[in-house]
Amino acid sequence: MAEYKRSTLIADSPSGYCPGCLHSLATRLVSDVIEELGQGDNSLNVISVGCSALNILYWGGDFLSVAHGRAPAAATGIKRSNPERLVFAYQGDGDLAAIGLSEIMSAANRGENFTVIFANNQTYGMTGGQMAPTTLIGQKTTTTVYGRDPATTGYPMKMCELISTLEAPCYVARFALNSPKGVREARAGIKKAFELQLQGKGFTFVELLTNCPTNWKMTPLQTLDYMNTNTIPYFKPGVYKDTEVDK
Amino acid sequence: MIVINERLCKDCRYCVKFCPKQILETGSQRNSRGHFYPVVTEPEKCISCGICATMCPEGAIELPAKGDE
Amino acid sequence: MGEKKFMKGNEAIAEAAVRGGCRFFAGYPITPQNEIPEYLSWRLPEVGGSYVQGESEIASVNMVYGAAAMGTRAMTSSSGPGISLKAEGISYLAAAMLPALIVNISRGGPGLGSIQPAQSDYLQATKALGHGGFHAMVFAPNSAQEAVDIVYDAWEYAERDRNPVLVLMDGCLGNIMEEVELPPMKELKDEDLPEWSLSRRNGRDYQGNITPIYTELILEGLNAAAGEMYKAWEEDDVKVEEFMTEDAEYVVVAYGIASRVAKEAIINLREQGFKVGMIRPITLFPFPKANIKNLDYSRVKGIIDIEMTIPAQMREDIELQVLGRCPVYEYGRSGGVLLDDEGVYEAIYEIVSGGEIDG
Repeated sequence: MAEYKRSTLIADSPSGYCPGCLHSLATRLVSDVIEELGQGDNSLNVISVGCSALNILYWGGDFLSVAHGRAPAAATGIKRSNPERLVFAYQGDGDLAAIGLSEIMSAANRGENFTVIFANNQTYGMTGGQMAPTTLIGQKTTTTVYGRDPATTGYPMKMCELISTLEAPCYVARFALNSPKGVREARAGIKKAFELQLQGKGFTFVELLTNCPTNWKMTPLQTLDYMNTNTIPYFKPGVYKDTEVDK
Repeated sequence: MIVINERLCKDCRYCVKFCPKQILETGSQRNSRGHFYPVVTEPEKCISCGICATMCPEGAIELPAKGDE
Repeated sequence: MGEKKFMKGNEAIAEAAVRGGCRFFAGYPITPQNEIPEYLSWRLPEVGGSYVQGESEIASVNMVYGAAAMGTRAMTSSSGPGISLKAEGISYLAAAMLPALIVNISRGGPGLGSIQPAQSDYLQATKALGHGGFHAMVFAPNSAQEAVDIVYDAWEYAERDRNPVLVLMDGCLGNIMEEVELPPMKELKDEDLPEWSLSRRNGRDYQGNITPIYTELILEGLNAAAGEMYKAWEEDDVKVEEFMTEDAEYVVVAYGIASRVAKEAIINLREQGFKVGMIRPITLFPFPKANIKNLDYSRVKGIIDIEMTIPAQMREDIELQVLGRCPVYEYGRSGGVLLDDEGVYEAIYEIVSGGEIDG
């Protein structure tokens, strides 16, 4: 790394996220990429509900805060009326894969020309750690106190895999933020997604595997190891769709 | 050589864990929010790889361009 | 002189919206309003606008939320069951102080109800369009022409107040074909985009944000400001038609399609020598309280609430103005059964000739 300067797209103060929360890292990465692309003034962050909403007090660029799960719908209205803007929705896993499943799949299927950044920490962090659609089998939450049991709650939803079955999306990828390599790849993936959007190529989706030290009841460092042994084997990082390459 | 903005630190220790030269450690001082923050134990060994900055969730570690140091 | 056309109510609304500056529509199919999205699906692209068939009413209203945040004149339309689904988004529009037009071409309810016309959504429209205790201005035109005029200016109110506006009609008015005179296309310029909008086409060069989330004291202040706005509507924005009320001994209160049927009956009853008149709210919210409150109750012997829904939903708003000074009667049909001339005539006749129905 030749140099690194903190982006001015995030507030000059600590984020609202808990210590070690990779949501915070994800937000910083997005701000870094936007700044690198010179899109600070042109970007528009569609902030959803959940811990993602902590960005309301942290994000320094234009943003619209929207209802739980509806960010891809709101982003559709934004991008259709102002196609010149770099529009991205920032959503967590309860928001995107449960209440907003219809909105994300339909926006992806229409090939809306915006980017969705999906922070997957396998829990509802803001409301105190309930089971999310992405909670791992056996993972304990406040609503699965003995661990998630697939007999009654099904299996963790793999959003990259689902979305990549659709024709329209042009870039679908998953990265894990628990290592320097993963963070560097994620940064490159976010940049690629934004560049494709700026070229008008269509729907781009970047899933970032994150953590929740508070609700997983671990130290930040323990969560990084947990991700290696539990999260990453199930939610495999990789590029699931890239129409530029797949052609 | 890195610059640590201690004010932004939340003591997650990711920088300490990932420093390839193992020259970061959690210090004994707290910042205004009560978090211990890291210190560079052997500045001369820093190779300016930026891994600590890459992993810092808060962007509390910066790596100035050569010449700005 | 505007352009005259013979149009279906729903299509007239759609064209009036385009001419009023609407450049974004999102909606989901539901009878009896389908002609609105169908028309706008080809019409909006002609004028550089955008049409999206949403995956649901919930998504559609949130698309409108996004477009409205950019300062784009945006609308959605639906019927009762779909308006219930949009309740979330309408509440968020009010919270985020975003202007938008919502059209409800209502049908029989509750639940899926029937697809035939009914005035079953008065209470939803005027009392609780969504959670959180907000109001929208509610217009209830009774002809295609009046709908055109109201829709054409809907965003002037919505943008003035930074609040959604509701147009409440029923399946009859949505599907009836009438002659309408269409107003000219409003030309909207980028530099005129509201200062609060997230668009940067107006030259804004500083951070902009819009959120429906507030801290307690700010939210309390906004709630209070909204309350003041509703009071101001009552002062400034009430629209009402009075028909032969000067000497009326019995006053019908009816809106929308019911007012047209009632007017025929009143004309016939006048020919028989009965002194009947009508107050027709054009805005249901703000409700024309003063018109009912200030009637001369030494002369008026009864108020007759006629609605195409059972039980009557406007009755409590009427009674709050009458305050027991005369009896309030109601008559209606419901479930998608239309009010007809004979039924309304007989109902009013029975009351004014001394008999009573359902007093």
